[in-house]
Amino acid sequence: MGRMNGLVLSLGALGFGILYLPIIIMIIFSFNAGKLVSVWSGASLKWYAGLLENDQLLSAFGTSLLIALWAATIATIFGICIAVAFVRFGNFRSRLALSAIASAPLVMPEIVTGLSMLLLFISMESLFGWPSGRGVDTIIIAHATFGMCFAAVVIQARLRDFDMAIEEAAADLGATQPFIFLSITLPVIVLFLSITLPVIAPAVVAAWLLAFTLSFDDLVIASFVSGPGSSTLPIVIFSKVRLGVTPEINALATVMIVVVAVAVIGASWAIRRRLSGRDQNQ
Amino acid sequence: MVRGMAKYLVNLPAVTGRRLVIALPLIWLAVFFFLPLIETLQVSFTSARRGIPPYEPLWGIGDDGFFTNFTTGNYALLLQYWSDYFGPAFNSIKLAFFSTLVCLIFAYPMSWWIARSNEKWRTILLVLVMLPFWTSSLLRIYALIGLLNPNGFINAAGLWLGLIDAPIQMMQTDFSIYMGMVLTYLPLMILPLYAVMVRLDADLLDAAADLGGSGMQIFRTIILPLTLPGIIAGSLLVFIPAVGEFVIPALLGGPDQLMMGKVLWTEFFRNRDWPVASAIAMLLLAILTVPIIYARYQDGRDTVAEMPNPKRAEAG
Repeated sequence: MGRMNGLVLSLGALGFGILYLPIIIMIIFSFNAGKLVSVWSGASLKWYAGLLENDQLLSAFGTSLLIALWAATIATIFGICIAVAFVRFGNFRSRLALSAIASAPLVMPEIVTGLSMLLLFISMESLFGWPSGRGVDTIIIAHATFGMCFAAVVIQARLRDFDMAIEEAAADLGATQPFIFLSITLPVIVLFLSITLPVIAPAVVAAWLLAFTLSFDDLVIASFVSGPGSSTLPIVIFSKVRLGVTPEINALATVMIVVVAVAVIGASWAIRRRLSGRDQNQ
Repeated sequence: MVRGMAKYLVNLPAVTGRRLVIALPLIWLAVFFFLPLIETLQVSFTSARRGIPPYEPLWGIGDDGFFTNFTTGNYALLLQYWSDYFGPAFNSIKLAFFSTLVCLIFAYPMSWWIARSNEKWRTILLVLVMLPFWTSSLLRIYALIGLLNPNGFINAAGLWLGLIDAPIQMMQTDFSIYMGMVLTYLPLMILPLYAVMVRLDADLLDAAADLGGSGMQIFRTIILPLTLPGIIAGSLLVFIPAVGEFVIPALLGGPDQLMMGKVLWTEFFRNRDWPVASAIAMLLLAILTVPIIYARYQDGRDTVAEMPNPKRAEAG
């Protein structure tokens, strides 16, 4: 097996190399005084300074942030509904319909979603006068729509684990039908808010972050459903990149990647610590 | 009787709440996901016009009563200019297929490496895989351009080291598209593969080796069949979005690397022919129907992605 291990390691290392080499080179050259991503002409922070003065990029960043905050929040609320319906409601009548319609956006090509959303908004406008034109609100609706399906997937997994644990615990305590008993003595919504929600909170946070990221990074759908004055950050970046390499984008990308890296590493460190803490208690 | 009524009254908010929990997302998705697809289907059967919106209504009630503008002209156009539209379609399938294959070639050993590492390294390597997944793919593709450009990092390094005499053309080739696809979709291939590999019983492999199985034999008879669900799940996760990909062919491909996403984009934004763009969208959906349905069917049986599925709930 020695020979195979060598092959596995070298292909694996190459894979990580492909993932990281472009990012690392870009980060290094974001501190380059020159414009090229190949010739080092001295260290400089001038592209970062330029970033702070670039009103177009800054306002697009603000637009994207606003859209992603709203879209992720709507997506998470609806995602909780979908997850609860699938995990807790058994076989309700519209289950098959909801299941099909909540999983199709996961695999739908973005370009089809974007085009069809725009066509809907246009025909709605001619029928009801709403939404009048396209802008931030139509992008939020579009992003919330596919975001809620991803959010539902994340929350569902956690909710299913939780329900199994609760049922086992209840059985251990000799209860046969804990939910029926509880749902008569307490309104279900209070139960959900006081017991279930705190337990599935990590999944809810993860779902919100996923929906936020999907919204913040989306170029294709936003390009279709955006209007004048609602250019998101990816739209502005895309139009700049098409014109050639812009060093300010290097600086911007570095900032964004570092923020995400700190968040992801911090989150996994926190989860690891919590898990090992739980092991020690047992 | 009284008790029954009291129970009914107590449960009433719960039942209404239950309906609301189902109805809210169902209505939202019906209006903002299903209706748009119907609308696109309608527009694909109308003709373009100058004006806002730039297409005729499919049907309506005017001064002369009910009228329709139904035409199959857009689909006829796709057939007539066969090579302009179906060429990119085949090209999309070809590029998506080989991208999936290249992703598999890298992802398989990477997942194996992660699954066989000790716990500390496993966490580190998994975070390394997930990190790009959480960062903007547009920015990662942009970073790749800086690497592959004629005056980019690789060419500059090659010239400096004396490995090449003149810059190599890497951008706007199939190579740059495959690199972009791997960069974007590799994590999606690794995660399901890792999930099946981490459950693979190490004792099984030891036993096979003790009994004299060669590395290749063990791989073919044990590892490959047991990891097949992960291979299928990962391949679908990469192939389906890769067929409709727009950003990668637009930024990394040349004029010859036409893919359906790019053709649709051009018809829509540059030619402003929305009916033809809609017909292309329908063609793209038709191509993807088989893998999408297969993905749902697979999901009902096993795999990693937790998609909503009634079959599973019935079984459980």
